[in-house]
Amino acid sequence: MAQLICQNLSLGYEAKAILHDLSFSVDAGDYLCIVGENGSGKSTLMRTILGLQAPIHGKVLTGDGLCPNEIGYLPQQTVVQKDFPASVREIVISGCQGRCGLRPFYNSKEKQLAVEAMEKMGIGYFSKRCYRELSGGQQQRVLLARALCATQKILLLDEPVAGLDPKVTAELYRLIDERNHRDGITVIMISHDVAAAVEHASHILHIGKTVFFGTKEEYVESGARYMSVGMERGEES
Amino acid sequence: MSTILDKFSLYMQYPFVHYALIVGVLIALCSSLLGVTLVLKRFSFIGDGLSHVAFGAMAIAAVLNVTNDMPLILTITVVCAILLLRTGQNTKIKGDATLAMLSVGALAIGYLLMNLFSTSTNLTGDVCTTLFGSTSILTLTQTEVWLCVVLSVVVVSIFILFYNKIFAVTFDENFAQATGTKADLYNLLIAVVVAVIVVLAMNLVGSLLVSALVIFPALLAMRIFKSFKAVTVCSAILSVFCALAGILVSILGGTPVGSTIVAVDIVAFFMACIIGKILGRRGTV
Repeated sequence: MAQLICQNLSLGYEAKAILHDLSFSVDAGDYLCIVGENGSGKSTLMRTILGLQAPIHGKVLTGDGLCPNEIGYLPQQTVVQKDFPASVREIVISGCQGRCGLRPFYNSKEKQLAVEAMEKMGIGYFSKRCYRELSGGQQQRVLLARALCATQKILLLDEPVAGLDPKVTAELYRLIDERNHRDGITVIMISHDVAAAVEHASHILHIGKTVFFGTKEEYVESGARYMSVGMERGEES
Repeated sequence: MSTILDKFSLYMQYPFVHYALIVGVLIALCSSLLGVTLVLKRFSFIGDGLSHVAFGAMAIAAVLNVTNDMPLILTITVVCAILLLRTGQNTKIKGDATLAMLSVGALAIGYLLMNLFSTSTNLTGDVCTTLFGSTSILTLTQTEVWLCVVLSVVVVSIFILFYNKIFAVTFDENFAQATGTKADLYNLLIAVVVAVIVVLAMNLVGSLLVSALVIFPALLAMRIFKSFKAVTVCSAILSVFCALAGILVSILGGTPVGSTIVAVDIVAFFMACIIGKILGRRGTV
């Protein structure tokens, strides 16, 4: 049984579709990378999966005991967040908000969850520090910890390594791999970097003029056409 | 010095001074609470826009000769706040443009209506007092004080009960929505509460100066503190302190209440800037 199924999706804004008839499914424990050029609709696809935007056509279904709002999400940073006066702990625990329903305050289980998430991301030691004073890589780890508070099942990452230096990038990939391998969390990641996608992912979804969906091995075999297009992009960004 | 104290104790015997202090403190408290959220969501000017709408509403109430104008003003302002936030995103006219249009429009219509239909002999004085705050804080009736107390209690309890949700929605609306928090609903709640605060605060500082009361304490606290809770608490305390100081100075010195409070806020803001700089240089975490 698949955790997430996209059926015949057409996506876009104001009835103008940029992606047509896209179908794929993600099983529990998969590591899917979505690659494609700028403007090919990667972020739109992600917004649709999250339910922030309605598809023009088709359906997004969840299964295998996954509820639609159990998806942890690592967004690209917004301007608002860059100078937000909040401590790391406050941000991480806000990931539990979806569990609260109408209950106004967090209970001890949720507080514990936040502590564990911070430990997993290796940010426990600066939990009292201010978010806006952290480096880019540290901020991403804080947001990842928040996503872990929202889910134990599936993570959606929107270009998590954009703008980070190679060392921090490697560290972040390692943390994400660890969640996937050790905790069995399904990962769906948008990426520009095809080389890294092939290295870390188990499945690849390539969108753009040509659409490919399959395992990483099939993707590599299917040949140079996708790869070369992707590689160029990867080097540019 | 003793004459000032004498004057002060003389004034403190009058109930209207007590009323003014109670209402001033409550309004300052309420307005500062949501200020942090508004500033961070880049909605600083919503307070300003809504206060102009409230001015328009007040003009309509005056024309219709409504004796108790509070409910009417409150309704119109709340409706406008909801409309503003609804149309804030993804529309042809962008949020800030809509806001500018609405606020200037309401101001113009309000003045026009007052000019055409007002029976008052001192029109300029009327308009001036509505815009810049007036002595109305010193002429409050007991009913108005109670209304203000009730509304303030409602605002503060809403804020405390929804504090964590307001934080989540302020920091990252998309994330909150994707993980099952009804972000739209809480945006709506924020809009309604802001509208209530604006209408309340108009009594104190007048409609042109309302946004000062909303944004100054928040900006001030953001200079010094680094967690959301500390910023919120600090802005509430500072706002109340500045309002008290402002009211006392204006009573003793005979200056206009609204602008005195705002002046105290400005002084406090620059002091906070300096304190923030000093703390920053020491590299405090």
